[in-house]
Amino acid sequence: MTAYLLKRLAIALATLVLASMVVFAVLEILPGDPARLMLGMNASADQVELLRNQMGLNAPLVLRYLHWAGGLLSLDFGRSYTYSVPVIDLVRERLAVSLPLALIALALSTIIAVPVGLYSASRRGRAGDTISMGVAQLGVAVPNFWFALMLIYVFAVWLRLVPAGGFPGWSAGAWPALKSLLLPAVALALPQAAILARVTRSALIEILNEDYIRTARAKGLPYRAVLWRHALRNAMIPVLTILGLQFAFLLAGTIIIENVFYLPGLGRLVFQAITQRDLIVVESVVMLLVAAVIAVNLVVDLSYAVVDPRLRSRQ
Amino acid sequence: MRLWKTILAAAVLALAAGSQAFAARTDLVIGIPLEPPHLDPTAGAAAAIKEVLYANVFEGLTRIGPNGEVLPDLAESWTISDDGKVYTFKLHTGVKFHDGADFSADDVKFSLDRARADNSVNAQKGLFAAIDKVEIVDPATVKVTLKNPQGSFLYDMGWGDAVMVSPKSADTNKENPVGTGPFKFQNWAKGSSITLVKADHYWGAPVFLDKVEFRIVPDAAAYVPALLSGDIQAFPFFDPDSLAQVKDDPRFKVVIGSTEGETILSINNKKPPFDKLQVRQAISYALDRKAIIDGASAGLGLPIGSHMSPANKDYVDLTGLYPHNVDKAKELLKEAGLENGFKATLKLPPPSYARLGGEIIASQLRDVGINLEIIPVEWAQWLDQVFTKKDYDLTIVSHTEPNDIDIYSRKDYYFNYDNPTFDKVIADLNLTSDEAKRKELLGEAQKILADDAVVGFLYELPKVGVWDAKLQGLWENAPIQANDLTKVKWSE
Repeated sequence: MTAYLLKRLAIALATLVLASMVVFAVLEILPGDPARLMLGMNASADQVELLRNQMGLNAPLVLRYLHWAGGLLSLDFGRSYTYSVPVIDLVRERLAVSLPLALIALALSTIIAVPVGLYSASRRGRAGDTISMGVAQLGVAVPNFWFALMLIYVFAVWLRLVPAGGFPGWSAGAWPALKSLLLPAVALALPQAAILARVTRSALIEILNEDYIRTARAKGLPYRAVLWRHALRNAMIPVLTILGLQFAFLLAGTIIIENVFYLPGLGRLVFQAITQRDLIVVESVVMLLVAAVIAVNLVVDLSYAVVDPRLRSRQ
Repeated sequence: MRLWKTILAAAVLALAAGSQAFAARTDLVIGIPLEPPHLDPTAGAAAAIKEVLYANVFEGLTRIGPNGEVLPDLAESWTISDDGKVYTFKLHTGVKFHDGADFSADDVKFSLDRARADNSVNAQKGLFAAIDKVEIVDPATVKVTLKNPQGSFLYDMGWGDAVMVSPKSADTNKENPVGTGPFKFQNWAKGSSITLVKADHYWGAPVFLDKVEFRIVPDAAAYVPALLSGDIQAFPFFDPDSLAQVKDDPRFKVVIGSTEGETILSINNKKPPFDKLQVRQAISYALDRKAIIDGASAGLGLPIGSHMSPANKDYVDLTGLYPHNVDKAKELLKEAGLENGFKATLKLPPPSYARLGGEIIASQLRDVGINLEIIPVEWAQWLDQVFTKKDYDLTIVSHTEPNDIDIYSRKDYYFNYDNPTFDKVIADLNLTSDEAKRKELLGEAQKILADDAVVGFLYELPKVGVWDAKLQGLWENAPIQANDLTKVKWSE
């Protein structure tokens, strides 16, 4: 178990270092000058040069990489060119929106998907299965921004239960803040739930065909008990893998939903930073996300070990 | 019986609460599409900075009014020497910055010297280029001496980039702006909103609103639901394509005005074959402005024939110079030796006027034999490749700075246009402050640009505002980048 853990950790660290180089290099080749963007079309070339110097953009590439990567080691993520505040403050503000949103959406999606998947798998080929998988297919196909707009028109414009968008901040109180995250969470959760339900179903069906399930049934175990105790537990590995991927996506890949609900989330920060060539923000946030994805994968790997005892003893 | 009493008490309470609602509202939430990168109007070109702070938090010596006129602001009056080089400003007294510091001639000198200093990163540093020295006569009088007369100096001092700042707070204005205006900065929830509240001891006419929140709404799809739900009460810059959903709704006012955004098909004047006048004229004849306005701007926006807003008092209508005429365009191309047409590229920045307009223009130019390859670019790329390196044939962009016809005389500007006659007119204009003479020179400048077909002049970007029908006092036009809230109030 320790060897397994150590090996996983080493791989994670190596991935981080490699990713930092790739991220930095790729963003540095991106055409566009943040200083010119800030000063606009009426500023002279000399002035742009002056601002470039002030922003430290004229230092050699390798030096800037080492400076940045060195900062990352001591958890100093640098200062934003455009906002001129520490990147970590920006990220913290955005995480206060993105993290709860991702967690709520993930919880919602799991609560919906796993029972639906179970239900479908246990009634494979029957009407209930066909209908719920049909709905899931629809859930994958419907664009989530459209679905989000429909939610807004029903719950915000018509029923006026929740705001149409925006985020009042946690300082406005837990309930107003949560209320503004409800619709976006639902809009994010449904397509994810649809995918997850299908994955759960197919994983379960595969396992229900295994010999040991037949044995369990043959020894007289009730179907329900077989499903819950033997099948579901074994089907968890693909489900957990998908959940891990979905979490990473929900954390920063939700730019469309953030735009429709004008939420100040991490996705929008990155998007805005790219258009403004606020490279230090993009680089640092991307690195944080890489770290988050690696951490989530590590947790998923470890949870494989929990659900599958063979992995614990193998190495 | 007790139940009845409770109900009665509740009813009375409800009435009392209801009667309060009859007093006019004093809060406002305004939707803006882009977040300002920071909050110092003297240190960045982003329009969003001025659209939050100009006239609300920061004030200048002069200011620009709703129709582009120059009005006194912190300077209550001024005198100009006969040679047009010395401006003596008389300042309002009793003016305080929001942090309590007094505003006086010292701050004027500080602000102007800071903006024109060598290490200044003011995005419109050119406005201050003519200043030779700034002297304090007494705490309420400032004398500004220019190196040469600058006809537009009073107008220039009304720009958002020329506002007055205090030496105590100038360095922190990016995060915590401190001005002399009727509203003071309260809070900036990054990515979300910026809140201003009424300032305590404002020197000028009191404002009606107590609290204003600028909420950042990046996606046009969210505008309509935000208005319908009442979350946001005004979008001064609405999306023309979503107008149909609110146009006939009596709860909202749709106000269509003009901006200072000349939308043009920029041409690289030094790059063959665009260095030939006939080719540029052929392009002008090939353009059908009406179709472009219909397709790229929902039919809104006035056609232009030169680089001047039709709302400007010095505007000359030159739209009839090159009417849409495919045959004439082909004829001119033939004269230029290009009867078989040619290929060129069209680089398009992200705004929809460029991306949609580009498709239409490409098809119109194809009709006369010019085949365009469309290359979409991001703003950063556009500034880098087109604007700085001049690596382009054609591009579409809106020049949103007010009164910016002088850009065509700038050395090394991305049009690559070089005409000594035009430069002379602009040089004369800079030395002239007489209104009638200026009008004449500006007319001449417009004509030269149109005759030379320097670029393809398309249309003036419209300002489409949508707000609650009970809201009064928001600007119809956008003569400069601003959302002036000093006269805004709720009716009833």
